Amino acid sequence: MALYSDKVMDHFQHPRNVGKMDDADGIGEVGNAKCGDIMRMYIKVKDGIITDCKFNTFGCGSAIATSSMATELIKGKPVEEALQLSNQAVVEALDGLPAHKIHCSVLAEEAVQAAVKDYYDKHGIAYDPEKFKVQSCEHCSD
Amino acid sequence: MFVYADNAATTSVSKTALNAMMPYLTEDYGNPSSLYGFAQRAAEALAQARATVAECLGAASPREIYFTSGGSEADNQAIMSAARVGARKGKKHLISTKFEHHAVLHSLKRLEKEGFEVTLLDVHEDGVVRIEDLKNAIREDTCLVTIMFANNEIGTVQPVEEIGALCREKGIPFHCDAVQAAGHMPIDVEKMNIDMLSISGHKFHAPKGVGALYVRKNIPLFNLIEGGAQERGKRAGTENVAGIVAMAAALKESVDNMEADSKKMIAMRDKLFAELSKIPHSKINGSLEHHVPGTVNMCFEGIEGESLLLMLDANGICASSGSACTSGSLDPSHVLLALGLPHEVAHGSLRLSIGEYNTMEEIDHICKVVPQVVEYLRNMSPVWDELEKGQRPHLI
Repeated sequence: MALYSDKVMDHFQHPRNVGKMDDADGIGEVGNAKCGDIMRMYIKVKDGIITDCKFNTFGCGSAIATSSMATELIKGKPVEEALQLSNQAVVEALDGLPAHKIHCSVLAEEAVQAAVKDYYDKHGIAYDPEKFKVQSCEHCSD
Repeated sequence: MFVYADNAATTSVSKTALNAMMPYLTEDYGNPSSLYGFAQRAAEALAQARATVAECLGAASPREIYFTSGGSEADNQAIMSAARVGARKGKKHLISTKFEHHAVLHSLKRLEKEGFEVTLLDVHEDGVVRIEDLKNAIREDTCLVTIMFANNEIGTVQPVEEIGALCREKGIPFHCDAVQAAGHMPIDVEKMNIDMLSISGHKFHAPKGVGALYVRKNIPLFNLIEGGAQERGKRAGTENVAGIVAMAAALKESVDNMEADSKKMIAMRDKLFAELSKIPHSKINGSLEHHVPGTVNMCFEGIEGESLLLMLDANGICASSGSACTSGSLDPSHVLLALGLPHEVAHGSLRLSIGEYNTMEEIDHICKVVPQVVEYLRNMSPVWDELEKGQRPHLI
C-alpha cells in the first residue's frame, strides 16, 4: 500500500491555491521550522465571506496536501464557518492520512484559525478568544 | 527515466549472486547438518562461502566468519557479547560514536539500562572521528570500542586503521560496523587490527536477510540465538545456505571489480556534488576527503526532505532523506544533528547513493531534476520567503 491516498498525492503534486497574497485581509502562520513544518494561510474577505484563500507551506507531502485541501474547504465560505473547520474534516476530505501525519491536519486547522484571528484583529471585529486553540507545539516549546 | 539512487538502503541482486544461489534453492536444498551425501553438498557450499568471505575480508581463517541474518544481528551479537565478556572482568564501559547505525546505538542504549556506561564520541562537522578524542575516552574499564567503517547517511569514512592500532595497543577489542563499506572499500581485518566486523549482503548485490560477523580467533563470542550447533555453536538456526552462497559470490565479485567500479562511481558522485552545489544555499554534508565512492548527502535550505523525495519519485528518482518526516520521529536524523546541523537545515536533506549499475545519463537526469524540484518547493515555502526577504538569517 502506498504511504498516501491518491487524493493526498493529487493535492501534493497539484496543490490548489498555492502562492502569496499581497492584499490579504488576514494572514496566519503556524508551525516551526525546527519541527519541519510551517504553514502560512492568506484570506481575502468580503461581506463576511472568504472570497479568496492562498497558502505557502514548508513541510512534508501531507503538510502541503492538508494546506491545499484546507484552502479548498474554506474558500467561498462565511468566516464563521471557516472557523469551524476541523482537522478531521481535512483528513476525511483527503481520504485519510497515516497516523503519524495527523498533526499536519491539525496544523492546517490552526492555520485557518490564525488567519481568521488576524482578520478579526486587523478589522476591529470582536471575538471570543476561547474559540481559538492555543498555538503551541510541545516539541518546539523547549 | 527511472533512476535508482538509494543503493545505501539496498541493492539489486547481481546475476552472479542469483546464479550462484539458485541450485541451493531447488537442487541441492539439503540441510547442511544432515548426514547423507546429498546434504553434504550444501555443507560444502557453506564451507566454500565461508572461505570466500574470510578471504575478501582478509581474515586469517574461515573459522572466524559467522553467518547471521544481516548487519543488525551481527552488530547486536558483537556488542552484547563484548559487554558480557567485559562485565565478567568488571569492565563495563563502551565507546562508540554519535552517528552509528541504530543497530549499534540501540544495543548500547540497552546496555546502559543494564548498568553499563557508554561514551559516544563527537564526529565533528566533517563526520570523522578524531583519534585524540578516542584516546581521551579510553578508560581502564573500557571493554569495547565500536566505530563504523563508513557512515550510512553521509558516507564519511573513519580512520579505521588508526583506531584499530590504538585499540590493539590498549588491549581493547575493536568492533567495526562495515555494512556500508564491505564490497565498496578495501577491508583487511588483519592489517586494520579489527577484532569484530559486521557486513550485510544486500548492500553489495546479495539478497536481503543474510550477513556475517567476523570475530578474531582469540575473542570470546556469546550467542544471541540459542538452539542447534550451527555456526560452531555461536548462532543457532538452519543456515540460509542459498543466501550465504549468494553473499559470498556477490562479495567476491564486488571485491574483484572494486577498483574499476570505484572509479566509475566516484566520477558520478563528484558530478552530483559539482552540479548540485550550484544550487544556492545548499551544503554538502561530511568530509569529501574521507568518503565512500557512492554516497552524496546534501542539505537545501528552506525546503523539507519528504516533499523533496516525493517530487523526485514523481520524476522517477529513488532517493532518501534524513528529515523528521521520513525518519518517523519528530527529530531529523541523528547523523545530521551529530554534525552540528541546525534542525531546520537537517530537515532539508537529501541522500543519493549510487552504485556500479548507475549510468552518467542517470546522473544527468538527477542533476536536471533536483534543482527544478528545489526551486519549486522553495517557491511554495514560507521559510524560503522569509530567508529571501532577510527576515530570517540564512544558515547555509
